[in-house]
Amino acid sequence: MAVGFGQSWSLALAVLNLCLISALMSLAVNIQWGYAGLFNIGVMGFAALGGLAGVLVSRPPVPAAWAAGGVGLFIALLILIAAGGLALALARHLRRSRWRMLAIAIVMLAGLLGARAFFDPATDAIEAVEPAKTGYLGGLGLPIVLSWFAGGLLAAGAAFVIGRIALGLRSDYFAIATLGISEIVIAVLKNEDWLTRGVKNVTGLDRPVPYEVDLQQDPRFVDLVAVLHSRSLEALTGAAHEAALRELTVQFSSLFVKLCYAGLFLAALAVVFWLSERALHSPWGRMMRAIRDNEIAAGAIGKDVTRRHRQVFILGSAVIGVAGAMLTTLDGQFTPAGYQPLRFTFLIWVMVVVGGSGNNLGAVLGGFLIWFVWIEAEPAGLWLMQALTSGLPADSAVRAHLLESAAHMRPLVMGVILLLVMRFRPRGLIPADR
Amino acid sequence: MPPDLLNATILLGNYVVVPGVAYAAQLALGALGITLVFGVLRFANLAHGDLMAFGAMATVLATWQLQAWGVGLGPLPTALLALPLGILAAIAAALAADRLVFRFYRRRRSAPVTLVMASLGVMFVLNGVVRFIIGPGDRQFADGERFIVKAQEFKRATGLAEGLSIKTAQCLTVIIAIVTVVLLFRFLQRTRTGKSMRAYSDNEDLALLSGVNPERVALIAWTIAAALAAIAGALYGLDKSFKPFTYFQLLLPMFAAAILGGIGQPVGAIVGAVIVAFSEVAVTYAWKKFLYYLLPEAWRPDGLAQLLSTDYKFAVSFVILVLVLLIRPSGIFRGRVL
Repeated sequence: MAVGFGQSWSLALAVLNLCLISALMSLAVNIQWGYAGLFNIGVMGFAALGGLAGVLVSRPPVPAAWAAGGVGLFIALLILIAAGGLALALARHLRRSRWRMLAIAIVMLAGLLGARAFFDPATDAIEAVEPAKTGYLGGLGLPIVLSWFAGGLLAAGAAFVIGRIALGLRSDYFAIATLGISEIVIAVLKNEDWLTRGVKNVTGLDRPVPYEVDLQQDPRFVDLVAVLHSRSLEALTGAAHEAALRELTVQFSSLFVKLCYAGLFLAALAVVFWLSERALHSPWGRMMRAIRDNEIAAGAIGKDVTRRHRQVFILGSAVIGVAGAMLTTLDGQFTPAGYQPLRFTFLIWVMVVVGGSGNNLGAVLGGFLIWFVWIEAEPAGLWLMQALTSGLPADSAVRAHLLESAAHMRPLVMGVILLLVMRFRPRGLIPADR
Repeated sequence: MPPDLLNATILLGNYVVVPGVAYAAQLALGALGITLVFGVLRFANLAHGDLMAFGAMATVLATWQLQAWGVGLGPLPTALLALPLGILAAIAAALAADRLVFRFYRRRRSAPVTLVMASLGVMFVLNGVVRFIIGPGDRQFADGERFIVKAQEFKRATGLAEGLSIKTAQCLTVIIAIVTVVLLFRFLQRTRTGKSMRAYSDNEDLALLSGVNPERVALIAWTIAAALAAIAGALYGLDKSFKPFTYFQLLLPMFAAAILGGIGQPVGAIVGAVIVAFSEVAVTYAWKKFLYYLLPEAWRPDGLAQLLSTDYKFAVSFVILVLVLLIRPSGIFRGRVL
């Protein structure tokens, strides 16, 4: 709120919107870490999958691209499935020997090469369709709000696969596996132009809220502005009145759009928060905490620890996917190169730890607080550097270097915050009740 | 040997074997550090990649200073003279991190996952420091003779169509890695301290009962791991170029190598690194020309015959990691199952 008075209301709302999304992500990580003790450091990958859903759901399909490469892609997919199925069948039915491994390897290799024989020309054809504008398959052309659900589903699907492989072993392997999958997801999004346009980005995504320009044309909206500002407008007459009204309408339309976003995000956050609170205080939540606190004991009284872990991992990842889709919606564009582990994985972890792991309210508070620090760290760092170097001559190389490096204060500040909180306040700002 | 076969062999040597061996040596040094820290301190140290970056950064800065003074080694890169300083810097950073962060959790006997999380914090602090001091961009610091064997000269000397080139950095990497590994194994096998370290890694309680000082063991493990990290980081930077972000991306192949070999097993880390490095190079290499030499005309492939584009080389380490977890979680040399 301080930003509202200090800088501007528009900026304050922009920060608020990102705070809401961050809070949702940190809620999701809290479900995985705070409830069940799963150390997922692949948050970025799931958020990016959610963002991908934003593109795939809302962009109009590109029929020319489908015509150019749809069949080839389909055949490639069929070959891959057939090879996978054959390999699985071989693994089941052959006796365990050196030949089995060799046969499986040959089938996989042949499948991969065969699929590529169709895949490469197909994707080349797709990417050749108006590369400056499309060059990809497009999406389904549905309202973008639906992508929030699709993003959740996509992330949950990925979590299911990783969970099958890496859960059940101890936490360190799981952490490394999630780290790996998130890097791979980003690599795929950056390089598979036929799906995501890669680093060419997808811009101009649909909005779930009205456009500023349309609002300014709408007489009802102009009336609303006039009513809201009637006192200040009364003093003016004629052309001055008109000009002032137009000015206020433009300002208010941008605020109004941001408020609409805030309302949508708040609703989503409230729903997820309510559901997680209910889950935490249900028998299921008690069981999860029992597993977190002592896996061996929980296993001994007949709880299937690995299965529960998988369940909570999928749930949490789905929420991250939803938040990722929301972020793409807010940005109005999908930029694969923008996914940095620092911003999308580590920052979220700092939020959860600072807020108080295991406590939903804490996670939300941590989301708001840390996002605010993150946003303000750069100006603050710059200001600090300017203050520190003001004694140096203006053309000093040291000064220029320090000012330039202020942007890199962020990882440093966040790392120090995490370490300090872990050490001196391990249960966070709002400790979970035992 | 018929010339086609010879050409194919040279081609393979130039694009797969030479870069693969150098990369394997760099990975092995990194994976050894990870496996040592895991064996003695019992947690997966995520900060290892950035510790490498820190050591490499110190080396780069020292190299620049030496170059400014006009000190050099002739045909060898100046970085070799600067490397000891980089090692010292990395050791200082690792010991500071241990004293300020890890020791607290070790004494409280916190769950390993707490230590992993703390290492995440250390990783970002180190990352911030490196970027703060040297900036996020690409830094060149190699000098001296760039190649030992040049492709053109090789072609002229042998009369073959394919050339072989070996960079000085690649050759140095392998030599230094072998010397380092031999020294490390001698230390672990022969000296009293090395033996106490292995004992502590095998069975903590028994080692403590026999009078092994855990703080001393931790200190030495960090020192060795940091020295290895600095060497690996500097060599990687010399071979490719120094860029802070790449070291974070090396984390996955290094962990894959350590886990594949059996975590806590130094020999395993080396074998794992060789396997990971060669799979990565082989899967992302375009085999077209190689097959062109060997196959009869009718069988020659149209495409590049590349299994995966180089953008996905990290997927290879990931697949290896997943396969190990599925088939043999303890790794080749029966390390500890996490």
